[in-house]
Amino acid sequence: MPIGFIEILDDTCKGCLLCVAACPKSLLHQTKKKINKRGLYPVEFVDPEGKCNACRLCAIVCPDVAIRVYKQPRKPKTEQPAAAEAKAG
Amino acid sequence: MEAVPEKKRVTVDGQDYELVFGRPASLTSKPFTYCPGCNHGTIHRLVAEVIDELGIQHRCVGMASVGCSVFSYEFFDFDFISCAHGRALAVATGVKRVQPDTVVLSYQGDGDLAAIGTAETIHAANRGERITTIFVNNAIYGMTGGQMAPTTIIGQRTTTTPEGRDEHRIGWPIRMSEMLALLPGVAFVARTTCHDAKSILKTKVAIKKAFRAQLEDRGFSMVEILSNCNVNWRMTPQDAVNWVGEEMTKVFPPGTYKDVFAEDQEKARADAPSKTKAQSSEKTEV
Repeated sequence: MPIGFIEILDDTCKGCLLCVAACPKSLLHQTKKKINKRGLYPVEFVDPEGKCNACRLCAIVCPDVAIRVYKQPRKPKTEQPAAAEAKAG
Repeated sequence: MEAVPEKKRVTVDGQDYELVFGRPASLTSKPFTYCPGCNHGTIHRLVAEVIDELGIQHRCVGMASVGCSVFSYEFFDFDFISCAHGRALAVATGVKRVQPDTVVLSYQGDGDLAAIGTAETIHAANRGERITTIFVNNAIYGMTGGQMAPTTIIGQRTTTTPEGRDEHRIGWPIRMSEMLALLPGVAFVARTTCHDAKSILKTKVAIKKAFRAQLEDRGFSMVEILSNCNVNWRMTPQDAVNWVGEEMTKVFPPGTYKDVFAEDQEKARADAPSKTKAQSSEKTEV
Protein backbone atom coordinates (compact mmCIF):
# COMPACT_ATOMS: atom_id res chain seq x y z
CA MET A 1 0.00 0.00 0.00
CA PRO A 2 1.63 3.32 -1.02
CA ILE A 3 2.17 5.99 1.65
CA GLY A 4 0.55 8.56 -0.56
CA PHE A 5 -0.52 9.51 -4.02
CA ILE A 6 -1.20 12.68 -5.97
CA GLU A 7 -4.07 13.84 -8.12
CA ILE A 8 -3.36 16.09 -11.11
CA LEU A 9 -6.16 18.39 -12.30
CA ASP A 10 -5.90 17.86 -16.05
CA ASP A 11 -7.63 21.08 -17.07
CA THR A 12 -5.56 23.23 -14.68
CA CYS A 13 -2.19 21.71 -15.63
CA LYS A 14 -0.34 23.64 -18.33
CA GLY A 15 2.44 21.11 -18.90
CA CYS A 16 5.33 23.32 -17.76
CA LEU A 17 7.12 20.16 -16.50
CA LEU A 18 8.57 21.79 -13.36
CA CYS A 19 7.04 18.97 -11.28
CA VAL A 20 8.66 16.32 -13.51
CA ALA A 21 12.09 17.72 -12.63
CA ALA A 22 11.20 18.09 -8.95
CA CYS A 23 9.95 14.53 -8.28
CA PRO A 24 12.79 12.61 -6.55
CA LYS A 25 11.27 9.24 -7.60
CA SER A 26 10.62 10.17 -11.27
CA LEU A 27 6.94 9.23 -11.09
CA LEU A 28 5.66 12.07 -13.28
CA HIS A 29 5.67 11.95 -17.08
CA GLN A 30 4.19 13.87 -19.96
CA THR A 31 2.91 11.06 -22.17
CA LYS A 32 1.17 13.22 -24.83
CA LYS A 33 -1.62 10.59 -24.98
CA LYS A 34 -4.33 12.97 -23.76
CA ILE A 35 -5.00 16.63 -24.32
CA ASN A 36 -6.84 19.03 -21.98
CA LYS A 37 -9.40 21.79 -22.52
CA ARG A 38 -6.63 24.38 -22.95
CA GLY A 39 -5.13 22.35 -25.78
CA LEU A 40 -2.05 21.43 -23.75
CA TYR A 41 -0.61 18.07 -22.72
CA PRO A 42 -1.07 17.54 -18.98
CA VAL A 43 1.41 15.62 -16.86
CA GLU A 44 0.46 12.10 -15.74
CA PHE A 45 1.22 10.36 -12.46
CA VAL A 46 2.32 6.76 -12.93
CA ASP A 47 3.10 4.81 -9.76
CA PRO A 48 2.53 1.04 -10.22
CA GLU A 49 5.07 0.09 -7.52
CA GLY A 50 3.65 2.45 -4.88
CA LYS A 51 6.86 4.49 -4.51
CA CYS A 52 5.18 7.84 -3.78
CA ASN A 53 5.75 8.93 -0.19
CA ALA A 54 3.75 12.19 -0.40
CA CYS A 55 6.80 14.46 -0.02
CA ARG A 56 4.83 17.32 -1.69
CA LEU A 57 7.82 18.61 -3.73
CA CYS A 58 5.80 18.45 -6.95
CA ALA A 59 2.93 20.41 -5.40
CA ILE A 60 5.27 23.03 -3.93
CA VAL A 61 6.88 23.83 -7.30
CA CYS A 62 3.61 23.66 -9.29
CA PRO A 63 2.79 27.24 -10.34
CA ASP A 64 -0.86 26.46 -11.03
CA VAL A 65 -1.90 24.56 -7.87
CA ALA A 66 -2.84 21.69 -10.17
CA ILE A 67 -1.60 18.97 -7.79
CA ARG A 68 -3.38 17.61 -4.73
CA VAL A 69 -1.39 15.40 -2.40
CA TYR A 70 -3.02 12.64 -0.34
CA LYS A 71 -1.22 10.84 2.45
CA GLN A 72 -2.02 8.06 4.91
CA PRO A 73 -2.97 9.52 8.27
CA ARG A 74 -0.40 9.00 11.03
CA LYS A 75 -1.05 6.01 13.24
CA PRO A 76 -2.35 6.94 16.70
CA LYS A 77 0.32 7.12 19.41
CA THR A 78 -1.54 4.76 21.75
CA GLU A 79 -0.11 1.78 19.83
CA GLN A 80 3.46 2.53 20.89
CA PRO A 81 3.11 1.98 24.69
CA ALA A 82 1.17 -1.21 24.01
CA ALA A 83 4.01 -2.48 21.81
CA ALA A 84 6.56 -1.53 24.48
CA GLU A 85 4.60 -3.45 27.11
CA ALA A 86 4.39 -6.48 24.87
CA LYS A 87 8.18 -6.40 24.44
CA ALA A 88 8.77 -6.02 28.18
CA GLY A 89 6.34 -8.83 28.95
CA MET B 1 -13.62 26.01 -16.62
CA GLU B 2 -15.00 24.25 -13.56
CA ALA B 3 -12.61 22.91 -11.00
CA VAL B 4 -12.91 19.38 -9.65
CA PRO B 5 -14.22 19.61 -6.05
CA GLU B 6 -11.70 18.91 -3.33
CA LYS B 7 -12.22 15.96 -0.97
CA LYS B 8 -10.61 16.05 2.47
CA ARG B 9 -10.55 12.27 2.82
CA VAL B 10 -10.56 9.48 0.24
CA THR B 11 -10.44 5.71 0.54
CA VAL B 12 -8.46 3.65 -1.96
CA ASP B 13 -8.41 -0.18 -1.64
CA GLY B 14 -9.63 0.01 1.94
CA GLN B 15 -6.91 2.46 3.01
CA ASP B 16 -7.85 5.97 4.19
CA TYR B 17 -5.93 8.93 2.81
CA GLU B 18 -6.19 12.54 3.90
CA LEU B 19 -5.54 15.65 1.83
CA VAL B 20 -2.20 17.20 2.86
CA PHE B 21 -1.80 19.72 0.05
CA GLY B 22 -4.65 21.48 -1.72
CA ARG B 23 -5.83 24.86 -2.89
CA PRO B 24 -5.74 27.52 -0.15
CA ALA B 25 -9.10 29.00 0.89
CA SER B 26 -7.98 32.55 0.00
CA LEU B 27 -7.77 31.60 -3.68
CA THR B 28 -10.87 31.34 -5.87
CA SER B 29 -11.50 28.20 -7.90
CA LYS B 30 -10.55 29.96 -11.15
CA PRO B 31 -7.37 28.51 -12.69
CA PHE B 32 -4.53 31.00 -13.23
CA THR B 33 -4.31 32.58 -16.67
CA TYR B 34 -0.53 33.09 -16.56
CA CYS B 35 1.84 31.44 -19.02
CA PRO B 36 2.96 27.84 -18.30
CA GLY B 37 5.76 27.85 -15.73
CA CYS B 38 5.26 31.45 -14.59
CA ASN B 39 6.08 31.94 -10.91
CA HIS B 40 3.18 34.37 -10.43
CA GLY B 41 1.01 31.36 -9.64
CA THR B 42 3.47 30.07 -7.04
CA ILE B 43 3.64 33.49 -5.37
CA HIS B 44 -0.17 33.86 -5.42
CA ARG B 45 -0.43 30.51 -3.67
CA LEU B 46 2.17 31.42 -1.02
CA VAL B 47 0.43 34.73 -0.25
CA ALA B 48 -2.93 32.94 0.02
CA GLU B 49 -1.47 30.25 2.29
CA VAL B 50 0.04 32.87 4.62
CA ILE B 51 -3.26 34.79 4.75
CA ASP B 52 -5.09 31.56 5.61
CA GLU B 53 -2.59 30.69 8.34
CA LEU B 54 -2.83 34.14 9.91
CA GLY B 55 -6.64 34.11 9.62
CA ILE B 56 -6.86 37.60 8.10
CA GLN B 57 -8.79 36.86 4.91
CA HIS B 58 -11.90 38.77 6.06
CA ARG B 59 -9.98 42.03 6.59
CA CYS B 60 -7.51 41.88 3.72
CA VAL B 61 -7.50 44.43 0.90
CA GLY B 62 -5.15 43.90 -2.03
CA MET B 63 -3.71 46.39 -4.51
CA ALA B 64 -3.19 45.01 -8.00
CA SER B 65 -0.59 46.69 -10.17
CA VAL B 66 -0.51 47.10 -13.91
CA GLY B 67 1.29 44.19 -15.50
CA CYS B 68 0.58 40.48 -15.73
CA SER B 69 -0.70 40.54 -12.12
CA VAL B 70 -3.47 43.03 -13.02
CA PHE B 71 -5.97 40.14 -12.92
CA SER B 72 -5.09 39.23 -9.32
CA TYR B 73 -8.63 40.20 -8.26
CA GLU B 74 -9.96 37.18 -10.13
CA PHE B 75 -7.74 34.75 -8.24
CA PHE B 76 -7.72 36.07 -4.66
CA ASP B 77 -10.91 35.61 -2.66
CA PHE B 78 -10.89 39.01 -0.93
CA ASP B 79 -11.23 42.66 -1.94
CA PHE B 80 -8.89 43.97 -4.57
CA ILE B 81 -8.34 47.38 -6.13
CA SER B 82 -6.77 47.75 -9.55
CA CYS B 83 -4.57 50.81 -9.26
CA ALA B 84 -3.13 53.18 -11.86
CA HIS B 85 0.30 52.19 -13.15
CA GLY B 86 2.84 52.47 -10.34
CA ARG B 87 0.44 54.07 -7.87
CA ALA B 88 -0.47 50.96 -5.89
CA LEU B 89 1.28 52.18 -2.74
CA ALA B 90 -0.40 55.59 -2.97
CA VAL B 91 -3.83 53.88 -3.07
CA ALA B 92 -2.73 51.49 -0.33
CA THR B 93 -1.78 54.46 1.88
CA GLY B 94 -5.28 55.88 1.46
CA VAL B 95 -6.98 52.58 2.31
CA LYS B 96 -4.80 51.98 5.36
CA ARG B 97 -5.28 55.49 6.73
CA VAL B 98 -9.06 55.52 6.28
CA GLN B 99 -9.51 52.01 7.66
CA PRO B 100 -6.57 51.14 9.92
CA ASP B 101 -8.08 47.74 10.81
CA THR B 102 -7.62 46.38 7.29
CA VAL B 103 -4.58 44.38 6.29
CA VAL B 104 -3.29 46.05 3.13
CA LEU B 105 -1.27 44.09 0.61
CA SER B 106 0.18 45.44 -2.61
CA TYR B 107 1.24 43.00 -5.30
CA GLN B 108 3.52 44.68 -7.84
CA GLY B 109 5.92 43.81 -10.60
CA ASP B 110 9.27 45.38 -11.39
CA GLY B 111 8.00 47.68 -14.13
CA ASP B 112 5.35 48.97 -11.76
CA LEU B 113 7.28 49.30 -8.51
CA ALA B 114 10.81 50.04 -9.73
CA ALA B 115 10.16 52.12 -12.88
CA ILE B 116 7.04 54.26 -13.00
CA GLY B 117 6.22 53.94 -9.29
CA THR B 118 9.68 54.57 -7.79
CA ALA B 119 8.64 57.84 -6.14
CA GLU B 120 5.49 56.34 -4.59
CA THR B 121 7.43 53.32 -3.34
CA ILE B 122 10.26 55.27 -1.72
CA HIS B 123 7.97 57.80 -0.05
CA ALA B 124 5.49 55.19 1.20
CA ALA B 125 8.44 53.31 2.72
CA ASN B 126 9.92 56.50 4.16
CA ARG B 127 6.61 57.42 5.82
CA GLY B 128 6.62 53.95 7.38
CA GLU B 129 3.14 53.08 6.13
CA ARG B 130 1.84 49.81 7.58
CA ILE B 131 1.65 48.07 4.21
CA THR B 132 2.98 44.74 3.00
CA THR B 133 4.40 44.79 -0.52
CA ILE B 134 5.05 41.72 -2.61
CA PHE B 135 7.52 42.78 -5.30
CA VAL B 136 7.82 40.28 -8.14
CA ASN B 137 11.06 40.92 -9.99
CA ASN B 138 11.47 39.13 -13.31
CA ALA B 139 14.00 41.51 -14.92
CA ILE B 140 11.77 42.32 -17.90
CA TYR B 141 8.44 43.88 -18.90
CA GLY B 142 6.55 40.63 -19.34
CA MET B 143 3.05 41.78 -20.29
CA THR B 144 3.94 44.26 -23.04
CA GLY B 145 6.25 41.96 -24.95
CA GLY B 146 9.65 41.77 -23.28
CA GLN B 147 11.05 45.30 -23.22
CA MET B 148 13.98 46.28 -20.98
CA ALA B 149 13.02 47.03 -17.37
CA PRO B 150 15.17 48.92 -14.82
CA THR B 151 15.94 45.53 -13.26
CA THR B 152 17.20 43.94 -16.50
CA ILE B 153 20.68 42.62 -15.80
CA ILE B 154 23.80 43.68 -17.73
CA GLY B 155 24.10 41.84 -21.03
CA GLN B 156 20.53 40.50 -20.98
CA ARG B 157 18.83 40.54 -24.38
CA THR B 158 15.37 42.06 -24.58
CA THR B 159 13.33 43.44 -27.48
CA THR B 160 14.59 46.98 -26.78
CA THR B 161 18.19 45.90 -26.06
CA PRO B 162 18.75 43.31 -28.80
CA GLU B 163 22.51 43.29 -28.23
CA GLY B 164 22.28 43.08 -24.45
CA ARG B 165 21.95 45.81 -21.83
CA ASP B 166 24.90 48.22 -22.00
CA GLU B 167 25.57 49.85 -18.62
CA HIS B 168 27.39 52.88 -20.12
CA ARG B 169 24.37 53.89 -22.16
CA ILE B 170 21.36 52.66 -20.12
CA GLY B 171 22.70 52.22 -16.60
CA TRP B 172 22.81 49.42 -14.06
CA PRO B 173 20.01 47.20 -12.67
CA ILE B 174 18.25 48.87 -9.75
CA ARG B 175 18.33 47.10 -6.38
CA MET B 176 15.18 48.14 -4.56
CA SER B 177 15.65 45.98 -1.45
CA GLU B 178 19.06 47.44 -0.62
CA MET B 179 17.77 50.98 -1.23
CA LEU B 180 14.67 50.64 0.94
CA ALA B 181 16.57 48.91 3.76
CA LEU B 182 18.33 52.23 4.50
CA LEU B 183 15.08 54.00 5.38
CA PRO B 184 14.11 54.14 9.07
CA GLY B 185 10.38 53.63 8.38
CA VAL B 186 11.00 50.16 6.97
CA ALA B 187 10.43 47.21 9.30
CA PHE B 188 11.18 44.23 7.10
CA VAL B 189 12.85 43.86 3.70
CA ALA B 190 14.00 40.56 2.25
CA ARG B 191 14.87 39.21 -1.17
CA THR B 192 14.05 35.60 -1.95
CA THR B 193 13.76 33.46 -5.06
CA CYS B 194 11.30 30.88 -6.39
CA HIS B 195 13.60 28.61 -8.38
CA ASP B 196 13.27 25.38 -6.36
CA ALA B 197 11.20 23.87 -3.57
CA LYS B 198 13.61 24.97 -0.82
CA SER B 199 13.64 28.60 -1.93
CA ILE B 200 9.83 28.59 -2.30
CA LEU B 201 9.49 27.49 1.34
CA LYS B 202 11.93 30.26 2.39
CA THR B 203 9.83 32.76 0.44
CA LYS B 204 6.78 31.71 2.41
CA VAL B 205 8.59 32.34 5.72
CA ALA B 206 9.60 35.82 4.50
CA ILE B 207 6.05 36.67 3.40
CA LYS B 208 4.75 35.61 6.80
CA LYS B 209 7.25 37.88 8.56
CA ALA B 210 6.28 40.78 6.31
CA PHE B 211 2.62 40.37 7.28
CA ARG B 212 3.63 40.10 10.93
CA ALA B 213 5.39 43.47 10.68
CA GLN B 214 2.15 45.02 9.51
CA LEU B 215 -0.06 43.26 12.07
CA GLU B 216 2.24 44.33 14.91
CA ASP B 217 2.25 47.93 13.59
CA ARG B 218 6.02 48.06 13.08
CA GLY B 219 6.22 49.77 9.68
CA PHE B 220 6.58 49.19 5.97
CA SER B 221 7.47 45.67 4.86
CA MET B 222 8.49 44.32 1.47
CA VAL B 223 9.48 40.95 0.06
CA GLU B 224 11.27 41.04 -3.28
CA ILE B 225 10.81 37.71 -5.06
CA LEU B 226 12.96 36.83 -8.06
CA SER B 227 10.59 35.32 -10.59
CA ASN B 228 10.88 34.14 -14.18
CA CYS B 229 9.40 35.11 -17.53
CA ASN B 230 10.25 32.12 -19.69
CA VAL B 231 8.26 33.35 -22.70
CA ASN B 232 10.08 36.68 -23.02
CA TRP B 233 13.41 35.25 -21.98
CA ARG B 234 12.96 32.74 -24.87
CA MET B 235 13.60 29.73 -22.62
CA THR B 236 11.81 26.59 -21.49
CA PRO B 237 10.22 26.85 -18.01
CA GLN B 238 12.93 24.65 -16.46
CA ASP B 239 15.78 26.61 -18.09
CA ALA B 240 14.19 29.85 -16.91
CA VAL B 241 14.03 28.79 -13.25
CA ASN B 242 17.61 27.53 -13.50
CA TRP B 243 18.66 30.91 -14.93
CA VAL B 244 17.02 32.64 -11.93
CA GLY B 245 19.01 30.46 -9.56
CA GLU B 246 22.33 30.72 -11.41
CA GLU B 247 22.49 34.18 -13.03
CA MET B 248 19.92 36.48 -11.45
CA THR B 249 20.98 35.71 -7.88
CA LYS B 250 24.50 37.02 -8.72
CA VAL B 251 23.10 40.48 -9.45
CA PHE B 252 20.29 40.35 -6.90
CA PRO B 253 21.71 38.40 -3.94
CA PRO B 254 18.95 36.82 -1.80
CA GLY B 255 18.91 37.67 1.88
CA THR B 256 17.24 39.66 4.62
CA TYR B 257 18.21 43.33 4.41
CA LYS B 258 16.22 44.68 7.33
CA ASP B 259 14.43 42.77 10.07
CA VAL B 260 13.16 44.56 13.17
CA PHE B 261 12.34 41.23 14.84
CA ALA B 262 15.97 40.07 14.59
CA GLU B 263 17.12 43.50 15.83
CA ASP B 264 14.80 43.17 18.85
CA GLN B 265 16.26 39.78 19.70
CA GLU B 266 19.83 41.05 19.42
CA LYS B 267 19.01 44.01 21.63
CA ALA B 268 17.44 41.76 24.25
CA ARG B 269 20.51 39.49 24.13
CA ALA B 270 22.94 42.41 24.45
CA ASP B 271 21.02 43.87 27.40
CA ALA B 272 20.65 40.58 29.27
CA PRO B 273 24.18 40.02 30.72
CA SER B 274 24.64 43.61 31.99
CA LYS B 275 21.60 43.42 34.27
CA THR B 276 20.19 41.03 36.81
CA LYS B 277 17.80 38.34 35.71
CA ALA B 278 14.71 40.03 37.14
CA GLN B 279 15.40 43.32 35.36
CA SER B 280 16.04 41.73 31.99
CA SER B 281 12.84 39.72 32.11
CA GLU B 282 10.92 42.92 32.92
CA LYS B 283 12.43 44.62 29.92
CA THR B 284 11.53 41.88 27.47
CA GLU B 285 7.95 41.91 28.74
CA VAL B 286 7.65 45.64 28.06
